[in-house]
Amino acid sequence: MNDFVEYTTGEPVVDTKAPEGPVAERWDTRRFEAKLVNPANRRKHTVIVVGTGLAGGSAGATLAEQGYHVVQFCYQDSPRRAHSIAAQGGINAAKNYRNDGDSVYRLFYDTVKGGDFRARESNVHRLAQISVNIIDQCVAQGVPFAREYGGLLDTRSFGGVQVSRTFYARGQTGQQLLLGAYQALSKEIAAGNVELHPRTEMLDVVVVDGRARGIVARDLVTGRIDTYFADAVVLASGGYGNVFYLSTNAMNSNATAVWRAHRRGAYFANPCFTQIHPTCIPRTGDHQSKLTLMSESLRNDGRIWVPKAKGDTRPAAEIPEDERDYYLERIYPSFGNLVPRDIASRAAKNVCDEGRGVGPGGQGVYLDFADAIARMGRKAVEAKYGNLFDMYQRITDEDPYRVPMRIYPAVHYTMGGLWVDYDLQTTVPGLFAIGEANFSDHGANRLGASALMQGLADGYFVLPSTINDYLARNPHQDEVDDEHPAVREVVAETEDRLNLLLAVDGDRTPDSFHRELGELMWEFCGMARTDSGLRKALERIPQIREEFWRRIKVPGSGEEFNQSLEKANRIVDYLELAELMCLDALHRAESCGGHFREESQTPDGEAERRDEEFSYAAAWEFAGTGTAPVLHKEDLVFEYVHPTQRSYA
Amino acid sequence: MKLTLRVWRQQNSDADGAMSTYEVDGISADMSFLEMLDTLNEELIVKGEDPVAFDHDCREGICGACSLVINGDAHGPERTTTCQLHMRSFEDGDTIDVEPWRAAAFPVIKDLVVDRSAFDRIIQSGGYISAPTGSAPEAHATPVPKPDADFAFEHAECIGCGACVAACPNGSAMLFTSAKVNHLNVLPQGAPERETRVLDMVTQMDAEGFGGCTLTGECATACPKGIPLPSIAAMNKEWLRATRKARR
Amino acid sequence: MALATRTDRRPSLPRTVWDSTVGKKTVMAVSGLIMLLYLVAHMIGNLKIFFGPGDFNHYAHWLRTLGAPVMRWEWTLWVVRVGLVAAVVAHAVSAYQLSRRDIRARPSKYVHNKPRASYATRTMRWGGIILGLFIVWHILDLTTGTVHPGGYEHLHPYQNVIDTFSTWYGNVIYITAVVALGFHVRHGFWSAAQTLGVGNATRDRALKTCANGLALLLTAGFASVPIGVMTGVVS
Repeated sequence: MNDFVEYTTGEPVVDTKAPEGPVAERWDTRRFEAKLVNPANRRKHTVIVVGTGLAGGSAGATLAEQGYHVVQFCYQDSPRRAHSIAAQGGINAAKNYRNDGDSVYRLFYDTVKGGDFRARESNVHRLAQISVNIIDQCVAQGVPFAREYGGLLDTRSFGGVQVSRTFYARGQTGQQLLLGAYQALSKEIAAGNVELHPRTEMLDVVVVDGRARGIVARDLVTGRIDTYFADAVVLASGGYGNVFYLSTNAMNSNATAVWRAHRRGAYFANPCFTQIHPTCIPRTGDHQSKLTLMSESLRNDGRIWVPKAKGDTRPAAEIPEDERDYYLERIYPSFGNLVPRDIASRAAKNVCDEGRGVGPGGQGVYLDFADAIARMGRKAVEAKYGNLFDMYQRITDEDPYRVPMRIYPAVHYTMGGLWVDYDLQTTVPGLFAIGEANFSDHGANRLGASALMQGLADGYFVLPSTINDYLARNPHQDEVDDEHPAVREVVAETEDRLNLLLAVDGDRTPDSFHRELGELMWEFCGMARTDSGLRKALERIPQIREEFWRRIKVPGSGEEFNQSLEKANRIVDYLELAELMCLDALHRAESCGGHFREESQTPDGEAERRDEEFSYAAAWEFAGTGTAPVLHKEDLVFEYVHPTQRSYA
Repeated sequence: MKLTLRVWRQQNSDADGAMSTYEVDGISADMSFLEMLDTLNEELIVKGEDPVAFDHDCREGICGACSLVINGDAHGPERTTTCQLHMRSFEDGDTIDVEPWRAAAFPVIKDLVVDRSAFDRIIQSGGYISAPTGSAPEAHATPVPKPDADFAFEHAECIGCGACVAACPNGSAMLFTSAKVNHLNVLPQGAPERETRVLDMVTQMDAEGFGGCTLTGECATACPKGIPLPSIAAMNKEWLRATRKARR
Repeated sequence: MALATRTDRRPSLPRTVWDSTVGKKTVMAVSGLIMLLYLVAHMIGNLKIFFGPGDFNHYAHWLRTLGAPVMRWEWTLWVVRVGLVAAVVAHAVSAYQLSRRDIRARPSKYVHNKPRASYATRTMRWGGIILGLFIVWHILDLTTGTVHPGGYEHLHPYQNVIDTFSTWYGNVIYITAVVALGFHVRHGFWSAAQTLGVGNATRDRALKTCANGLALLLTAGFASVPIGVMTGVVS
C-alpha cells in the first residue's frame, strides 16, 4: 500500500523528572530535590552551549555566573545576531501591573488552552511562574522597555487574551531582550568564564558511553573541523522552520544541531507542529529568499478581503464594495478579523486556492485600512502603525495609506523540537535542549509574545537550576579525547559527509534543492494537510534526497570559507527532517492548533481535536535514514485545564 | 533589468583582492539587493565558479549581518540595511560597484565578508550592566523617566552592522561605542558602572585600531537605524565626566 | 568567583587623556579654543590700523606694558607668547598623531570613491598645515622682521604692515591663510564643542551658526587689513 517508510510504536516515554503535587508547587519541589554542585567544584565542569539567542545567550551567561566553564558556539559572526533579534511584538509576563485580573494561573491557563491541549501542565505553569522574574531581570540589565510618563513599565494586550500582559520595546522587543542577554554574555566572556566560538557551526554531538560529552564543529572561516568536550551539552539552536525554504526565519537558521542530536539518540517530539503566521508580506517571485512578518496587531484595525469573483485582476480601488468578500467577517461574525493565527492563515489559503487571491501569482489577500483611516483619521493610523506601514512600503513599493496591503501566511515558528523532560534534558543523558529547539511549552500552537518568554525562562532560570542535578550526579566522568573510538567515528562521519558533498560535482545548486523541498512541504505539510497529500510528500522526499546526492554541486573546498558547503550540509538534514515531519503529520490524524488535517474538522470547517486518541506528545526515535522510526508516546494529563473544543464563529 | 556588477573578490584575508566584473540579467525591481546577488551566485555555482561570499542572515534589517558598500555608500543609496535595499533603487543598465566594509579593524575574511569581532570586544570591555541572574530587584522598584527611557531606546536600536565605521573616512567606531554608552549610562540601572563603562569602552575602541572622530557626520548619515550624531558628543561628555570622577 | 573584580590600577589622569583618542581630541579642542580667543583679540587689535599710525603704534606699545606695574616691559606679552606656543604645539602634535592614526585605521580606499566623505577632514588637515606655515612666515615677517620686504622697524607696526601688504605675495599669503583660517574655525569650533560634550540635538544648530559667524567674522576682520592697504584706505 505505501512506498514511504512506516513507523513502529515503542514503549511510552515518561517524564521522570516532573514532580508530583499541586502544580503551583512543582517547580519549588523540583528545585529542592535536585542535587547541587558545590560552588568550588563548578569551575571543574565544562558546559557546551550551542547557539546565542535568547535561550542560549541567557543560559551561557547564567551558567558562567554560577561558576561553570562555558564553551559557547554560534554560526554568526557575533552572538548578537541570533534570530531572536527579529522578534517584534513583546514578551508576556503575569505581573498584573494593570490590575486587570491577570495572575500566574491565568497565564498558565491561557497558554495551555492556546496550545490546544498538547503541552504539559507542569512545564507551562513553571513558565508562567518564571515570567515575572524575567521582566525584573531584563529591566536590571538595562533593557529599554516602553514606559509610561510616570516612569513605570507599559504593557499592551496581544493575540486573543483578555488581559494586558505583554511588555514591549516598540516593535523591537526581541532585539532589546537579545542584546540584554548578549551583554550579560559579553560580561562573562570578558571575565574569562565563557569561551566563545563565533562563526563556528556544530555538525554533530559526541556521545560516549550513552552520555553527551561534546560536539563536532566546523570553523566556518578556516573550514577546520574540531572536537570540543564537556560534561554536558546544551542545544539552543532554535527551530526548523527553514525546512520550508521560505519562512520568517533567518537565512542561516538551521536544524543541523537538533537533527544530528536526534540521529545520536535524542527523541524528536511533535515535528509536525509548525506555526503559520497570517500576516506576512507575500512573495513577489521565484527570486524570493525569505518572508517578512508584519505584526499581528494590524488585524485590530485592518479589514481582510478578496474579490468575490475568481481571477479578478482589477486594482483594489476599482472593485466595488458589493463585489468584495470580507471572508473572515462573513465566516466568523463574532471574532471577525481577530480570529486566532491558525484560523486566519487557513482561511487565506482557502480563498487563494479558490483562485480569488490578489497580487502577483494570486498568493495574497488584502488587508485594508481604508475604513480605519476614514474612522480614525490618517494621523491616528500613522501613530499606531506608522513603522509597519513604512516597512511595508519599503519592501513592496506600495503606499498602504492609499492601496490596501497585501498579506499572505508564512511559516514562522516550530512548536515541535527535541523531546525534553521537566529538566529540559533530552533522552540522551547530558544533552539538554532549550528555547525553540525543544518541544516543551507551547503544545500545538504558540500564543503571541510567548516565544521570548520561553527562551529566557529556559536560559536564565530553568536550565541553570536543572543542569546542576545532572552534573552533581555525574561528577567524575572519564576524560575523552580525539583518540576515543566514538569520537573518531563521529569526526570521520562528519568529514565524509562534507567530502561527499564536495565530490558529487553535479549540476544543481544547494538552493535549488532547498526550494524544491520547501515548495513540496508548503504544499503538503503546510497550512492544511491531508492523508493523500502527506503520502505524496513521503513518496517524493526520498526521491529528492536521492537526486540530491547525485546532482548536488558545491564549488570550492572544505578548507576555506565556503557558504555553499554550509548550505548544502544543512539541506542534508532538512531532507531527513522533512520526512519525519510529514510522517508525524500523517500519523496524527486529528487537527490541533497549527496542525490541521482536512479529514478532521467539525461540520462548519473548524479544527477538530481527537483527545481520546491523540492526547499525547509524539516522541520519535531515529532508526536510520529511510528506515521506519519508532514512535514513543508521552501521555498528557490535564488535571487543571480541561480540554474543550475551540469555536470562533 | 540588466546590470553590470563590479564586485570585490578576495580569496582570503592574506590574498590580494580586486574588482571582478559580472553581468546579471533578468533582475526584477522587487528583488532585494541580496536576492540579486543570490541570482548571480546561482549562476556562478552552475558554471563551477566560486560564488561571491557575503554576510547576511535575517534579511529583515535587524540582525546587522549584511554589510556591503554599494557605489561607495555603506548599505547603498537608501537609508536602510543592504538586505532591505531593493533593486528598484537602480536603473536598467546600471553599473554597480560592490565592496566590503573597509577599515583596519575590520579585516576582510573573504570577498565581501569582514571580521567585526572588534565590536564584540568593545561591548565586552564594558557595554553591559552587571546584574547576575537572580539578583534583580522588582522591575517597578526604580521608575525611569520616560525621556530617559526613550533616549536609552533610541541608542539601543544600534544593530552593530558597522556601517558607521565603513562610512567614516577615519574608520572610527565612535558612533557605535557612543550608542551603547548612552543607552546604558542614562539608565539608573547603569549608574554604578557609569564611569568605568565609558573609560573602558573608549580604551578598547582605541586598542582595536579604529580611528578618531573628526565629526564628518558620515557615520550618522550611513546608520540604517538613525543613531544621531550628537550621540558622540554625549559620549564625550560622559568620558570627560568620568576622567574627573572615576574612582581610582 | 564568577564575577570579575577589577584589580588593575587605572593610569593617571594625564596618561588617560593623552593615550586616548577622545582625550587627545580634548587637548585639541582646548588648545584650539585658547588660540581662537587669542585670534579674536588679535583681530580686534588689528582693526585699530584703520584709526591711523598713531593709534596703531600706541596699541603695540600698550601691549608691552600690559599688566604694569605688576608686570614689567613685555612680561605679559611673553606669558601670552609662551602660552600660545604651548597651545600650538599641543594642537599640532595631537593633530599629527590623530591623523596618523586615522590614516592607519583606513588603510585601503574604496574603489568607488566618494570625495565628499573626507571633505571636512581634508580641509582640517591641509588647512592646519597652511596655517602652521603661515604662522612661521607671519612671525618672521612682522615680529622679528627677518623676511620683511621693507625696512623693518621694531615698534612701528603701522609702516611694517603697509610694507608687507604692498607686495603681491604678502597679500596672497595672508589672504590665503585667513581664508584657510575661516574654514578651519568653521569646522573646528563646532568639532571642539562636540568633543567637549557641549553639543546635543537641540543645541547643534546654534553651535553651527555660531561657528559660521565666528569664521566669517575672523576672516573678514583679518582680511580687511590687506584689503585696506590695497585699496589705499590704509596708507
